[in-house]
Amino acid sequence: MKRRKQSMNFFYIPALVLMVLFVAYPFYEAVRLSFFSWNGYSPNQAFVGMKNYIRMFGDENFHTAFKNTLIYGFGCAFLQNVFALAFALLLNTKFRGHSVVRTVIYLPVMISGLIMGYIISFFVQFRGGVFNEILAYLQMAPIDWMADGHRGVWIIMLVNSWQYVGISMIIYIAGLQNIPTVYYEAAAIDGASVMARFKNITLPLIIPAMSTAVIQNIIGSLKLYDVIISLSEGGPGFSTHSLSTYISNQYFKAQNAGYSAAVGIFTFLFILVVSVLFTKYFTKKEVEL
Amino acid sequence: MRKRKNGWKYLVSLVICLIYLAPIYVLVVMSFKTVTDQTSRLALPNPVVFANYAKVFLESDLLRAFKNTCIVTFFTVAIEVVAACMAAYPLARNRSRLNGFIRMLFMGVMMIPSLSILVGVYSTLVSLHAISTYWGIVLVSVAFGLPMPIFLYTNFIVSIPQSLDDAGAIDGCNSVQTFFHIILPQLKPITASIIILNGVGMWNEYGYSLYILQKPKMYTLTLMISQYFSASAVSDLNGAAAAACVAIAPVVILYLFLQKYFVQGQLDSAVKG
Repeated sequence: MKRRKQSMNFFYIPALVLMVLFVAYPFYEAVRLSFFSWNGYSPNQAFVGMKNYIRMFGDENFHTAFKNTLIYGFGCAFLQNVFALAFALLLNTKFRGHSVVRTVIYLPVMISGLIMGYIISFFVQFRGGVFNEILAYLQMAPIDWMADGHRGVWIIMLVNSWQYVGISMIIYIAGLQNIPTVYYEAAAIDGASVMARFKNITLPLIIPAMSTAVIQNIIGSLKLYDVIISLSEGGPGFSTHSLSTYISNQYFKAQNAGYSAAVGIFTFLFILVVSVLFTKYFTKKEVEL
Repeated sequence: MRKRKNGWKYLVSLVICLIYLAPIYVLVVMSFKTVTDQTSRLALPNPVVFANYAKVFLESDLLRAFKNTCIVTFFTVAIEVVAACMAAYPLARNRSRLNGFIRMLFMGVMMIPSLSILVGVYSTLVSLHAISTYWGIVLVSVAFGLPMPIFLYTNFIVSIPQSLDDAGAIDGCNSVQTFFHIILPQLKPITASIIILNGVGMWNEYGYSLYILQKPKMYTLTLMISQYFSASAVSDLNGAAAAACVAIAPVVILYLFLQKYFVQGQLDSAVKG
């Protein structure tokens, strides 16, 4: 029997080879290169120690990208969860046609973030954009929506939240369906109000679904990439970059491969810490309840 | 009374549907208008022109991009499914130190955002001569995508009673035969979820394709679309809209017909535990 178990280990080989070759080794390379000064293609790599990491402290563009990443990550997670829960509560009441609404809300999830960004550009363009058309109809002055980086960041955040609300909504609907209806019946007999029922039954019992949705959203949005490329390419200037777009910008455009590697390692560690903290927080919550 | 009580739900639903369908509506409408059509983007096309579609199919490389996307998506998903269910079998059945280590390794890979080690991946691919090859993008995507299906399969195999394996062993199956005859046939539902989830993800992939598939001959749909929009930003937005419609149509149509499986796939991946 023991030999049988050992022979099973051969089943690991394809997955292990692929991961070692295309993730583990590149990870080691990224860490190594983050201590070097390198332009990305020449054979000259000069060891510079912690210099690339220290450089981040003084790099204004990096600060902007980091701040934007926080807005993208936490802003999207917040909006997505609030709206996803609201949509789920609405659709869980099972009125006629509720499944059509669910289908429609989940539909944009199917579309690539990149293409969605281009579609939204039809709305936010200065000339001929749908939003300015509506403004003109209301006799208001047109706005160059993406010309201001601060507004650009918020527009990108809204677009991403809007597009992927469906994922969390599905998770919440499943969570709501797992709550036994007897709880609500008992509460109704006791005369609990709608608000009291939501606060004392729905919310505590939806925590596992919430934990899944929040963590998935935060990790996903902290990595935001394609929609930024198609809506603003990080511009104007560097004002709408996220860490992910900044990494590729520094590697391929600015040819600071070593620095780009350092920013990448920072991004990896940051997302790791955030996801561990949130997982811990929600596990504690689930245990408490 | 009951009807009036539900009235606000229909109103809210209507508003939600309008907000969610407007972008797709504008995209489709624009793809049927001529470049010179100055009417509002919200107005229906009049007359309806198919010239944009004719142009993207006949004068551009959209069909080749379509083919490239199909190839890349098919091989990524196929290799991922095979490698994942194989790796999941010993992971679910064995309890040894080696298994603990391998589980940690898979978890670790799952925690690495693919773009954060862009420099390492790209320089590795350059030394493997994998730039502008199908296998480059396919194997990188498989490697980063593997942990999730592995854990899905593992959870699923754990729920298959060990006694079935033992019965197989008594009847003289070796571990390979047990896997193919006893475990594999039971993995169909979860495999459907994995294929759908990763298939859509790969169809829409952009981040790594951009750097790995550099030759225009190798462009996938997302790369082609981004070319369209950046090159023709002023001149031919309607053609770009038609190309985008072609790119999103397959997934949208599949979703509308197989909705149940898409939703199930989403849920399976969410409760990966």
